[in-house]
Amino acid sequence: MTTYAFLQHYWWFLISLLGGLLTFLLFIQGGQSMLFSLSKTEDEKKLLVNVLGRKWEYTFTTLVTFGGAFFASFPLFYSTSFGGAYWLWIIILFAFTIQAFSYEFQSKPGNVYGKTTYRILLFINGLLGTFLLGVAIATFFTGSDFTVGKGNITNIASPVISRWGNGWHGLEALLCPRNLFLGLAVFFLSRIQATLFFINRLKHEELENRSHKFLLYNAIPFVAFFLAFVISIFLSEGFALHEDGTVFMEKYKYFHNLIEMPVVGILFLLGVLTVLYGIIASILKKSFKKGIWFSGAGTVVTVTMLLLIVGYNNTSFYPSTADWQSSLTIFNASSSEFTLKAMSWASILVPIVVTYIFIAWRALEKKKTDMDDINSDSHAY
Amino acid sequence: MELLDVSLVNWSRGQFALTAMYHWIFVPLTLGVGVVMAIMETLYYKTGKEVWKKATKFWMTLFGVNFACGVATGIILEFQFGTNWSNYSWFVGDIFGAPLAIEGMLAFFLEATFISIMFFGWNKVSKGFHLASTWLVMLGATFSALWILVANAWMQYPVGMEFNPDTARNEMIDFWGILLSPVALNKFFHTVLSGWVLGALFVVGVSAWFILKKRELDFALRSIKIGAIFGVVSSILIIATGDGSAYHVAQKQPMKLAAMEGLYEGKEGANIVAMGLLNPEKQYDNDEEIFIVKMDVPIPKLLSLLGYRDGDAFVPGIKDIIEGYTLSDGTRVPSFAEKQASGKKAIQALSDYRKAKAVGNDSLAVAHKTVLDENFSNFGYGYLEKPADLIPNVALVFYSFHIMVALGMLFLVIFMAVWFFHWKKKLENVRWLLWISLFSIPLGYLATQLGWVVAEVGRQPWAIQDVLPVQAAASSVSTGSVQLTFFLFLALFTALLIAEIRIMVKQIQKGPGSE
Repeated sequence: MTTYAFLQHYWWFLISLLGGLLTFLLFIQGGQSMLFSLSKTEDEKKLLVNVLGRKWEYTFTTLVTFGGAFFASFPLFYSTSFGGAYWLWIIILFAFTIQAFSYEFQSKPGNVYGKTTYRILLFINGLLGTFLLGVAIATFFTGSDFTVGKGNITNIASPVISRWGNGWHGLEALLCPRNLFLGLAVFFLSRIQATLFFINRLKHEELENRSHKFLLYNAIPFVAFFLAFVISIFLSEGFALHEDGTVFMEKYKYFHNLIEMPVVGILFLLGVLTVLYGIIASILKKSFKKGIWFSGAGTVVTVTMLLLIVGYNNTSFYPSTADWQSSLTIFNASSSEFTLKAMSWASILVPIVVTYIFIAWRALEKKKTDMDDINSDSHAY
Repeated sequence: MELLDVSLVNWSRGQFALTAMYHWIFVPLTLGVGVVMAIMETLYYKTGKEVWKKATKFWMTLFGVNFACGVATGIILEFQFGTNWSNYSWFVGDIFGAPLAIEGMLAFFLEATFISIMFFGWNKVSKGFHLASTWLVMLGATFSALWILVANAWMQYPVGMEFNPDTARNEMIDFWGILLSPVALNKFFHTVLSGWVLGALFVVGVSAWFILKKRELDFALRSIKIGAIFGVVSSILIIATGDGSAYHVAQKQPMKLAAMEGLYEGKEGANIVAMGLLNPEKQYDNDEEIFIVKMDVPIPKLLSLLGYRDGDAFVPGIKDIIEGYTLSDGTRVPSFAEKQASGKKAIQALSDYRKAKAVGNDSLAVAHKTVLDENFSNFGYGYLEKPADLIPNVALVFYSFHIMVALGMLFLVIFMAVWFFHWKKKLENVRWLLWISLFSIPLGYLATQLGWVVAEVGRQPWAIQDVLPVQAAASSVSTGSVQLTFFLFLALFTALLIAEIRIMVKQIQKGPGSE
């Protein structure tokens, strides 16, 4: 493997890892989607809002970094997908924008629109943010309607390189059942993680009991939709890359990738089992509070491996259904070797970032959160 | 073949400008107030006096409300490079994307991590840990500004890159050249300092209100002193970086300088216009008077001196840049027509190169590559149709620049006056100054917005100076889609701003006593 190819694989791994971390951190959105159903009283709502509100920026920052890293390492994806699937991404952005101020504003006097409005915005973020991100990521497997012509830049009257093939600009992804399977799986997974987070963090008997019930209610559809997606993907044709750089359809491509990359395959299975262990152990044993860590770690590993399956082993990570040869791979969509190398040096600092996040997280989470804790906090939401 | 839609480009520009301007309502206050609250917490840490803790928490509450709005508008800004400027994202993403990624990895996480300690950690971590967290939030915000301003500076002065005809994009060849470009460093300091000036104005203005109302006098007098000193220091430093900005604009973006000064015909030993009223009938190719009324700064040859460090240097006007001119050192700068022809030659050579490569004719490809390399510095001119395409909105740039400078000078006088009267212990009695301080807060916002208008409108039509005009940078989406998202964002951001202002006012009315 050349240095350039290694760097392309390295950056796809980082993108995949960021995708895994983001999916785990969507537990904030999952919790927001249950604000009105899990809580019965204003105090309970306040407790949920505050325990989530101390962590929302991690999810948001991971999303922004995911986008920034994609831009820097695979700019052709950034230009093709964001510029083409315009409406899908705009709605996702809108859904996250309304989250950013809703925590800070909801309890402040003079907030104009009232506390409930901001909580509804959080609910919408929880609902749409998770579901549509899942749909968008599913198109990595199912393909999108676009063409890429780098030579278009020389057409003065019409120099656009990436063009979308239909006027729906990404919304057509909602018509594909496999995209919906992953969207719904991510939605229910985020709610599962939220219930496990509440079980782990809250000192509130009623909410804990209800979280256990909600865990079961959300685990069933999650498993159903996740299995539907995974099975349909592994049994379908995939967009494979020939040695000469051409893209062709290969039967069971994604399943082949699972087998041909045994480490990825084993970690994928281990990830799934860890998620299931976190869920099942928490359902069966009420005193078991550490489900979030098993489920969270399993989610990071599973999603990372899923993204490696679609990016590694000569596979197109953003396939075009309109023109297979326009499909994006980690080779034709990446930044130059120099840029990837420069950013790789910067990425060496990531362990320091992870370390201070760990220290800060622990400093704030020494004990479980209860109403007394919220009431004594001058910055409570 | 789908043709380029001019209204699509204009709506895309409008949407980006809308988002950037809303974003820049919130960010400078974050940068400025953040420093003030960190200084106050440092004083609390050193003295143990509760009044400093109270002051810190008061400004921190306002910081938090404002910070959330900056985050909300910032995410849209980042992703709009992809949604609305997809050609740009590929054509220069190899260079532009890296600062954004590093910003996310290193700066945003610093902010996001320590802001939770800063807000929720008062009773959970030690005083030292909390103080460090507050400073780290500030460091993260400033570090974030560094990377995005490096990216913006590179668009104004593209360095450290070379064009790769095989990938049809520009690629980075010198990371440090981009990071440490003189334009980037100056832009970073000038922009961050503008945030500091606004933060200082905000603190001085709000504190003045408390003094006028005779409420929380101890807190207000301490705050206004810190605000005024911070403001004086920031204002003096911003004059130095402003000079640096003008110098770099003169060297790298002469059309922007000409628009800033309303200079249509170049001259040696050029003066700076102190104030003036532009003649709306004036075009670069007619003989109308430029100004209806004009007054120069009474220091002769100042524009030549500041722009070129030589009082007798030739400063080109808009007409010269269109028709070509010769610099004081004898260098001839080609006309628009020559650059346009050269740009078209570069674009054609790229097309021919790709065709030759596709059929495996390497020797022909090399010949076309040579033509491309010779003409690449004018690549972007090939997309322009007529000389007028090269001229930004002169009136908008001219007035924005002069009002910004005048306001900057006014702020310095206000800060010095407040500091002086505070030192004389007479500030409570100088009510006119307190009222002026209070009403200067919106002027501070106006000045920072105008600064960006000068920087961004002044560089039109370029997305990347000389390399990529905006019409070749846009995504291929329908105009109707962009119009719809424009109004959606307008409604969302306006609703957000209304709520933010009202919350801020209520928090200020509550005062630090409620903390």
